[in-house]
Amino acid sequence: MSTTENVLSVRDLKVSFKLADGQVDAVRGVNFDVASGETVAIVGESGSGKSQTVMSLMGLLASNGRASGEALYRGEDLLRLSPRKLNRIRGDKITMIFQEPMSSLDPLYRIGRQIAEPMIHHGGLSPKAARAKALELLKLVRIPNAERRLDAYPHEMSGGQRQRVMIAMALANDPDILIADEPTTALDVTIQAEILRLLKDLQNRLGMAIVFITHDLGIVRRFADRVYVMRAGEVVEQGAVSEIFVRPQHPYTKMLLAAEPEGHKEPVPDTAPVLLQGRGVSVSFKIKEGFFGKNSFELKAVDNLSLTLRQGQTIGIVGESGSGKSTLGRALLRLISSRGEIIFEGQDLTGADLRRDRPLRRQLQIVFQDPYGSLSPRLTVGQIITEGLLVHEPELSRKERDRRAVEALKEVQLDPAMRNRYPHEFSGGQRQRIAIARAMILKPKVLVLDEPTSALDRSVQKEIVDLLRKLQREHNLSYLFISHDLSVVRALADTVIVMKEGKVVEEGLTEDVFARPQKDYTKELMAAAFMSQEARREAEREAASAKEAEAS
Amino acid sequence: MSITEEPITLDEPTISGRSLWQDALVRLRRNKAAMTSLFILVVMAVASLVGPLVWPHPYDRVYSEYVRVPASLEAYPHEERIVPEMERSLSRARVDVASVEVEGDKVRAEITDDDEVDPRITRYVDRSDLFSNAKIAETSADGRSAVLEADVARLYFIAGTDGNGRDLLARIFMAIRISLAIGLLATVVALMIGVAYGATAGYLGGRVDNVMMRLVDVLYSLPFIFFVILLVVFFGRNFVLMFIAVGAIEWLDMARIVRGQTLSLKRREFVEAAEALGVSNAGIVRRHIIPNVLGPVAVYMTLLVPKVILLESFLSFLGLGVQEPLTSLGVLISEGAKNMQGASWLLLYPSIALALILFSLNFIGDGLRDALDPKDR
Repeated sequence: MSTTENVLSVRDLKVSFKLADGQVDAVRGVNFDVASGETVAIVGESGSGKSQTVMSLMGLLASNGRASGEALYRGEDLLRLSPRKLNRIRGDKITMIFQEPMSSLDPLYRIGRQIAEPMIHHGGLSPKAARAKALELLKLVRIPNAERRLDAYPHEMSGGQRQRVMIAMALANDPDILIADEPTTALDVTIQAEILRLLKDLQNRLGMAIVFITHDLGIVRRFADRVYVMRAGEVVEQGAVSEIFVRPQHPYTKMLLAAEPEGHKEPVPDTAPVLLQGRGVSVSFKIKEGFFGKNSFELKAVDNLSLTLRQGQTIGIVGESGSGKSTLGRALLRLISSRGEIIFEGQDLTGADLRRDRPLRRQLQIVFQDPYGSLSPRLTVGQIITEGLLVHEPELSRKERDRRAVEALKEVQLDPAMRNRYPHEFSGGQRQRIAIARAMILKPKVLVLDEPTSALDRSVQKEIVDLLRKLQREHNLSYLFISHDLSVVRALADTVIVMKEGKVVEEGLTEDVFARPQKDYTKELMAAAFMSQEARREAEREAASAKEAEAS
Repeated sequence: MSITEEPITLDEPTISGRSLWQDALVRLRRNKAAMTSLFILVVMAVASLVGPLVWPHPYDRVYSEYVRVPASLEAYPHEERIVPEMERSLSRARVDVASVEVEGDKVRAEITDDDEVDPRITRYVDRSDLFSNAKIAETSADGRSAVLEADVARLYFIAGTDGNGRDLLARIFMAIRISLAIGLLATVVALMIGVAYGATAGYLGGRVDNVMMRLVDVLYSLPFIFFVILLVVFFGRNFVLMFIAVGAIEWLDMARIVRGQTLSLKRREFVEAAEALGVSNAGIVRRHIIPNVLGPVAVYMTLLVPKVILLESFLSFLGLGVQEPLTSLGVLISEGAKNMQGASWLLLYPSIALALILFSLNFIGDGLRDALDPKDR
């Protein structure tokens, strides 16, 4: 680092929330420093207080939150500034980008206007000058066709582009500190890599400090200079990135580092019976546009795709958002209508109404991505798990159903005593176990897992992966594992299908595809997903050359 | 490891969790405005049920001597009215009054007549609301003069009386009872039709939804007053008609709200999960959709009750509502408005009762909304 001057130093920061049941301490005495021009990462799992730490600095806490301690920005204590003074600093010298690029832009205003507005009000620029500056910023964040994009509405842009616009807005007044709260979590891996590269590049050019909040250690390794590891509102370990990754001291850091899912699955022999087969499966949605649907066209979500799932096999379906992988999973379960043949145990499902055909339906089950959305909030866990039994074995007595619920909960390693509780009292990982129990109670043969680990912390992901593996071993289940997370797929699947825009890009044994990707798209995906030390060194080299160029 | 073979005892302790409703209740308890409102509402409801049983005046009893007397905490009759009233009663009996004395709760009148005093003249005295137990205490030897004694009936009209001499408080009790009953019943009617209709339309979607909601639009376009007048013309004025009229209109809003909620709910993964389990449409609507729309519905319900009460008051004000001698707050206020200048209490007290009910229900509704959706704040 060229300078060691601290632009921000936080001492003994405490954040607490007053709730109906008492006070919750989200952050308990955190100290950290940010030197100008450096990148500091704050890493932690959900609930560690990492977001609340920076929210309190920006004065953005929820109304029942209270922050104490000291946060000195160039000699001014951010926690004690009047709202007016704070407003002059935030959005100007300290700016922030958020996780969700879809919802952080106002859908009613054009992009150019949204960028220009704060410059007109804060910076006192004329509308014309502000527009010119906005254009410059859009070019800076490398939005193609920047002149035309100025007049676009947010919904016309992709997630990655919107995040670029957010970055452009954050850079408008040459900030000293850019706070990025999980800026890439909602984006696909390849776009994630682009955004990170852009941020690094902008930092080299503009020299602001970046406070980077993330749960993803892969990003930290490549991107940050120093790292603070947070757990339960406290910093458990801090230090230079190179130091912490090589010699982690705290057990929690070690656990985080070791939390990448491990192991791999042996492919099933070709003699294993075929359970589910799809031949030329296509799903298309009619998009109506214009009055009376004049310009309606068909969007092909899944385009002529074939796959064969054998008993005990796990097929990993990989692809970025919009690649049609979830649609494929739903089509194979006949939850949405499709064209082509779907054959389950020699029986053609294409015309079958699985709602009516109960015996078939119970063989094919699904676990969803969002453990918060997939459990009905008004039913107890016991009721949720046994709902399938009400349909498929209506003759069971209440007591028998209860016994089966206890069994199913034990199977997914949850305490059966909790079956009278409601879903909102459980953590994300526990809820995902409940969702798995709900599917398993019907003793299905095929389980479609639609991103079951994506919404979970790394350490919890690992547990779920272990559980899925155990269930597969015990029941000889076949999985269709849909995910954008390549490391989980590598650990769990024996066969991989890479999808893009509804078509198969590449398929083969997991080992082969991961070790020797054939297609460019697969290579790109792999490179973005497994950010290696290589990539970090490369970034450093880029940075060094950029600095040289600046100096000369 | 095989868990399935272990003996499973069902007697192990179960932890029962707090449902979202219980959570909401805890939050609602902490809301002072809502709890005060709830208390007031309960007090008013109990008063309207028990009040007429214990209150000395029936709501339809006419006190012809006390027409439009102002509200007072003192007992009626006032002292200065007793003597002239007794004289008037006796003059109707065509006897001469020598003197009238008031002693505490008794009144004594010395009377003389040309003929013998007929003991039946006590009826003239008893007929007045002021006196009771009139009797001839002494009669002179010739029978031409006598002393008549009567008890003075002490009556309390703490809210005054109306233009027909009926006790206003008793009538207000009755009116609250009728208004709350109409409010609750019409709301329940609206709730049941609206929730079932809206959830069905929203969940089935597509063409069914289109047809069902267009029907709602058609019903919306009927002018409410016109609709009520039509009903009154065909079926005459009666109490049940009010429920039908109000309920038939108000379920439309409910259906729209529930349909909107359902549309967003059916995209949620737990509904999709139920579909994947093979649950039938009816099962999904019953177990997943309806329990999840009940939150907003409960809020809307508490806001619908006052709306219905107001509607009923409006109809009664126009003379299309409940019939005499039954009454409702709307009728009372309508009468009060006519007598505003001479007898302000006739307007004041029913208005206070209505305002209290409406305030309470609205505060409870707001409290419920905050309690059910704490993120809203």
